[in-house]
Amino acid sequence: MAAQPVIRVEQLSKRYLIGHERATRGGETFREMLMSNGRRLVRTARDMARGRQIVQGDEIEAFWALKDVSFDVQQGEVLGVIGRNGAGKSTLLKVLSRITEPFAGRVTIRGRVASLLEVGTGFHPELTGRENIFLNGAILGMTRAEVRRKFDEIVAFAEVERFLDTPVKRYSSGMYVRLAFAVAAHLEPEILIVDEVLAVGDAEFQRKCLGKMHDVAGSGRTVLFVSHNMAAINSLCHRAVQLSGGELVFQGEVAEAIEHYSSTLAEETDLVFPADPARAAITGIRIDREALKRRDLDLTIAFRSPVPVARPIGGIVLRAIGGEPLWGSNGRFHPSGEQVNGLTEGVVRCQVQDIPLVPGKYILSIWLGDYYTDFDEKIDLTVITLGRTEPGSLDHLRPPPAVQGYLDWGARWSVLPA
Amino acid sequence: MRRRTTSAAAPETILEAGRAERNYWRDLWQYRELFQVLAWRDVTVRYKQTVIGVLWAVLRPFLTMVIFTVIFSRLAKLPAEGDAPYALMVFAGMLPWTFFSTALTDASSSLVANGNLVTKVYFPRLIVPTAAIMVAFVDFAIGLAIMALMMVWYQFAPGPEVLLLPVFVVLGFLAALGPSLWITSLNVRYRDFRYLTPFLVQFGLYVSPVGFSSGIVPDEWRLLYSVNPMVGVIDGFRWALLGGETPLYWPGLVMSLAVSAGFLWLGIAKFRRVERSFADLM
Repeated sequence: MAAQPVIRVEQLSKRYLIGHERATRGGETFREMLMSNGRRLVRTARDMARGRQIVQGDEIEAFWALKDVSFDVQQGEVLGVIGRNGAGKSTLLKVLSRITEPFAGRVTIRGRVASLLEVGTGFHPELTGRENIFLNGAILGMTRAEVRRKFDEIVAFAEVERFLDTPVKRYSSGMYVRLAFAVAAHLEPEILIVDEVLAVGDAEFQRKCLGKMHDVAGSGRTVLFVSHNMAAINSLCHRAVQLSGGELVFQGEVAEAIEHYSSTLAEETDLVFPADPARAAITGIRIDREALKRRDLDLTIAFRSPVPVARPIGGIVLRAIGGEPLWGSNGRFHPSGEQVNGLTEGVVRCQVQDIPLVPGKYILSIWLGDYYTDFDEKIDLTVITLGRTEPGSLDHLRPPPAVQGYLDWGARWSVLPA
Repeated sequence: MRRRTTSAAAPETILEAGRAERNYWRDLWQYRELFQVLAWRDVTVRYKQTVIGVLWAVLRPFLTMVIFTVIFSRLAKLPAEGDAPYALMVFAGMLPWTFFSTALTDASSSLVANGNLVTKVYFPRLIVPTAAIMVAFVDFAIGLAIMALMMVWYQFAPGPEVLLLPVFVVLGFLAALGPSLWITSLNVRYRDFRYLTPFLVQFGLYVSPVGFSSGIVPDEWRLLYSVNPMVGVIDGFRWALLGGETPLYWPGLVMSLAVSAGFLWLGIAKFRRVERSFADLM
């Protein structure tokens, strides 16, 4: 008997209605404002009478978060879901978790699903750690007997023994996240759906979480895993699907999928982002294309902040197309030595000479912070091409990085007669 | 997750637009522990960070009772039911009414208040407002204890009818559940109901026979008056607690029951129809 897929997704679509405020030209009169509010009132009243959803704004637009997506997941498979922000990954997980219903198409699921779209869902600040373990366990679908059986394990994993009877509002954010992940990590459903939850906590704890995820993935359970961390996807998943603009653009072996994903990351050298009124944010990135050809990196990170930043610090990471981090730097451990006194707007410039990496494509991630906090980051922002094949070079004789690695460091060979 | 003995083969779930959940009621049963935990959470949290804590559950109905007794009995000179003291009669009416109003207010805002759960985890959404109503039972139990103390104070012994009180408690629960579910589902989509509910509750206090006996309503209007489902419940409470000297008005009780049942059906039907879209509307 051919094994039936555990999850079958057929022509799944999800549509949202979103409203836009019509841009008001300056000098709107009071009468015009009354008129437009009146029209809006009439429209919302009509929608309400028909039992329809009320959409704020003057113009309504249909937005397809998922469009005609089809794929199968087999028993015991660990499937990665990749794509840029807004590609529809989270919407897909929400539909599969039965949080929101499909607009069209059909999903068939065989087995009990537990989904982990957020760490600490339903944690109540007034309740103690012990109480929250039971609360969160029940929310994630565990029975009380099950939580009791695993209680000691959960507490040990989270390393919060001493604070079990303290309300979690008194916890440090690290403790809070550890406790929350510990509960989730001890779920044992047949199908587990996980959204980008490993990106929390300190590095040590992230390693522990990843290890736990490996255990889950190795235990024959079916897992759907969304992450921006290609290294995590690569090490956990067998297969991956790539979404782009709500459509499924690739599915296949994880290595091929990651390669495909990286090739669709455009090679952009001039990027602009909106400022955030609430916190310091990266507003633009510019990369010197000519410098890249010489394997030099010369990039500027523009930032804007609502409050002056005493010491803006930038950071960059280069990763291989497969997701492995290769090299990184930030102003904390490569300090500039310049004294800056509080900027609300400015640029951080990074210059690197002759990066010793094999010529080829690499994925660039950018980070912004100050000496104590992280402000903003752009993970897998763009692909850059380092170096170029010089005429007469012997690069074509070089074995692929999978064999000899990414480091390009010269060696002097000599042959001596015996 | 514990493999349920009932589902040896993995349960198959089909998700489609507009598809009614086949296993809905079974799911509801399987999620009963979440129901208990949510109710327990709300009870635990309810009076945290308040100075006089649970005393609020005592003070509110007690003070309202004092005011009603003074206004309706002393000033308006309305008659009591049988020979029960007026204060007892008011409190016997306050019990189900306070339960109803707390249940309605808490339940109707419960889904929006638990938006973080609704947008992140699946469970039958019916659990949330129902758990909120269960919390109202805590205040109700405290109220019942005050009622007992007041009866001792007035040296008033209830008759054998008191054994039927649980029946009316269940009726009160069902009477609150229907409108609560209906308003809850409307409130997710149209937040106007957040402002409407307190008004409805305040209004209801005066249309329902809380501060006075429904015996003062002229006979020809009595049946129509009982269209308010709380009339039957409050009359039932008084009859059970204060002895059967004033006989139950049966047509009214049946009418209230029928209206409650209608609301319940309406509430569940409406809730089931829109609950799958809740997460999109948060």
